[in-house]
Amino acid sequence: MTIRGTEPLGPAGEGRRPGTIPNGLFGMLVFVMTEIMLFAGLISAFVIGRAAAPAWPPPGQPRLPVEATAVNTLVLLASGAALILAHRHFHQGERARMRRPMQFALGLGAFFVLFQGYEWVRLIAQGLTLTSSALGSYFYLVVGMHAIHALCALVLLGYANLRLQRGFLTDSLFGAVETLWLFVVGVWPVLYWVVYL
Amino acid sequence: MAESIPSDATPAHDDHHHEEPSFASKYIFSTDHKMIAMQYMFTGMAMALIGGFMAYVFRMQLAFPGIDVPGYGLVTPANYNSLVTNHGTIMIFWVAMPVLIAAFGNFLIPLMCGCDDMVFPRINRLSYQIFLLSAIVLLGSFFVQGGGFGGAWTAYPPLSAKAEYSLTPLGSSIWLIAVALEFVAFLLGGINFVTTAMNARAPGMKLYDIPMVVWMIVIASILFMVSVGPLIAGAIMLLFDQVLGTAFYDPDRGGDPILWQHLFWFFGHPEVYVVLLPAVGITAEIITVFSRKKLFAYKTVLHTAIGTGVLSFTVWAHHQFIAGIDPRMAHVFTLTTLLISIPIAEMMFVYIATLYGGSIRLTTPMLWALAFIGEFLIGGVTGIFLGASGSDIYLHDTYFVLAHFHYTFYPIAIIGTMAGVTFWFPKMFGRHMNENLGKIHFWGSIIPFNFIFIPLFVLGLGGQHRRVFDYTNFPDLSLPWMQEFRVIATVALLVMLGFQILFLYNFFQSIFKGRKAERNPWNSNTLEWTTESPPPHGNWPELPTVYRGPYEYSVPGRDKDYWPQNEPV
Ligand code: HEM
Ligand SMILES: [Cu+2]
Repeated sequence: MTIRGTEPLGPAGEGRRPGTIPNGLFGMLVFVMTEIMLFAGLISAFVIGRAAAPAWPPPGQPRLPVEATAVNTLVLLASGAALILAHRHFHQGERARMRRPMQFALGLGAFFVLFQGYEWVRLIAQGLTLTSSALGSYFYLVVGMHAIHALCALVLLGYANLRLQRGFLTDSLFGAVETLWLFVVGVWPVLYWVVYL
Repeated sequence: MAESIPSDATPAHDDHHHEEPSFASKYIFSTDHKMIAMQYMFTGMAMALIGGFMAYVFRMQLAFPGIDVPGYGLVTPANYNSLVTNHGTIMIFWVAMPVLIAAFGNFLIPLMCGCDDMVFPRINRLSYQIFLLSAIVLLGSFFVQGGGFGGAWTAYPPLSAKAEYSLTPLGSSIWLIAVALEFVAFLLGGINFVTTAMNARAPGMKLYDIPMVVWMIVIASILFMVSVGPLIAGAIMLLFDQVLGTAFYDPDRGGDPILWQHLFWFFGHPEVYVVLLPAVGITAEIITVFSRKKLFAYKTVLHTAIGTGVLSFTVWAHHQFIAGIDPRMAHVFTLTTLLISIPIAEMMFVYIATLYGGSIRLTTPMLWALAFIGEFLIGGVTGIFLGASGSDIYLHDTYFVLAHFHYTFYPIAIIGTMAGVTFWFPKMFGRHMNENLGKIHFWGSIIPFNFIFIPLFVLGLGGQHRRVFDYTNFPDLSLPWMQEFRVIATVALLVMLGFQILFLYNFFQSIFKGRKAERNPWNSNTLEWTTESPPPHGNWPELPTVYRGPYEYSVPGRDKDYWPQNEPV
């Protein structure tokens, strides 16, 4: 088991400069910067597309599941909260106590994605598809992009869980996974507000 | 520190210390930053030859319409479009970026920051592999049905979105996928560059002790990563329009083609600075060494570069003055564009001030560095006419624009690269290039370069349009004297391309047979010169410690006129 401050030196002498952010966390922060801009691009495209439409939502299209998704949003936020709790334990050096919140974060996150998938199936059945209207195009574009990110981040979260069980979750890996997942959680309410409301 | 490595640690760079590495693990699947730098450099060079060959083919067609171009054959209008499009795409994404950012970034950042490798060596290797794949995908698009994409490197819809217009149903999607892969490669690379420079520097190296070229590559990487996000969003939408039948950009079905222009140029303008800044950084290293002077106003240059980066996000719509944007908006973007010329001009003055009173040695790298300053200035000054919306309405999409941006890109991508390659060649390969051949090649490139593009400025002012296949089809749009100017430009290009053979000869001959180089042939201060040439795996037997900034040249009271960063007081 590794304790904070004694984790393996990375290839380029991680930890050579005392007081620096772990490499994995730093790299992920840089990556998330791009991600924020990606979603900013998607949101502005959506806003411009909606403003240009003669009527919004376009006539003849099913209503988006605003209430069910609101509940699902809370589930996702709860997952983020669980991860923050895990973060606390991690940095107090209490690895054993962080297992439960980590599993919660993973489980709630997985529920969010599955439930979203279920809503998609229903919407498609009701006639909202990628090409049925501008609403459909933007909906699947923006929400789908978030779903892909959620899936990738879940895989990483699962991996971090595994490493935790095996007893060697590093600062670097945990920082990276946590940052990505909190980004996925944090950007969702914004998307919900823009796309659904 | 090293004793605390637990048993599960996997220090990647130690992988093959023990046995003699096989050819594949040394040259192809290496995680060594220097090898990855070479891979990027050689791939970039190969792509430069391909992009240059394309320029040769369509310049021949423009000067002598309808001839059988030697080495290519007859150029059809479709060929012409796809050559121009891919020439532009290749030169920017597969030449300027891989060489200036990835090759120099990989080679220099660990060496100049005094560490043994990038912080994420495997991600680094993956970055090159994806880059190579992207190059293969792009070149492959020429061989599919319909040929390579011909809708210009800016890929404006609906031309790029609809196969009925572009006539390249497969080529346009493959082009988009290749560009997207290239972006992924540079994202992975950029994460490495920024993290390594910030986290893994040698003990003692403070932020203001980082050599300017490292800073510039770091800032360029950040600019790239911030600007590329919206373009990725836009590219996905374009791909959906092409392949899945959505109508994001289709005006007939309620879409908005101008949206693409915004997303593209929000990236496209910062991209200019993404490639410019590394070249500016390379120049800083060279002019300080060869004038034996401290960089005039280090902090000012650095802060200016950051400011320029920020400003570069506010100018994009100067590419869209005639796309029907609100004239009041055009005023705003005119203003921001004129503003951004100030910091760039300031950097040029800083460089001139650095040279002033120095003991200047006109070596080959120094010639290139000086040429960079002079030629880029022409590019910058002509840009002001395009940034002012009033004159741009006349000049838009003429050869004036074309000559302007080649006066920026050529200094960046070719002159800047040549400066860097000739300067660091001894470190990269442990041998010297031939100075005389180097100087002949320098003049043989610079003089023809001006003879190519000055005539094109004149043609542009005369109203000649870009992206036209054969002007003899438009007798009303073109005067007879113009044809002579086209021929001058093409002949100059042929001369310039001829001199590149000399470069290739000098380059490869010197790798194997050049005069052996010592550690520090230019008496330079930065850390890369303190190790062997070429540096061994792991760079130093013992990693260096830094005591001072990188530009302590001609410090009074010292017997040597340089003061290496790692020399204890
Ligand atoms: C080697 C000498 C070069 C020559 C003679 C040359 C010539 C040309 C010409 C004549 C065109 C326009 C053709 C037309 O509009 O019909 C063109 C387009 C372009 N070139 Fe170059 N070029 C050279 C190098 C470069 C370099 C180094 C870069 C960038 C790093 C570059 C970037 C571009 C771009 C972005 C376009 C626009 C493509 C488009 O319209 O879609 N070129 N070049
Ligand atoms: Cu611009």
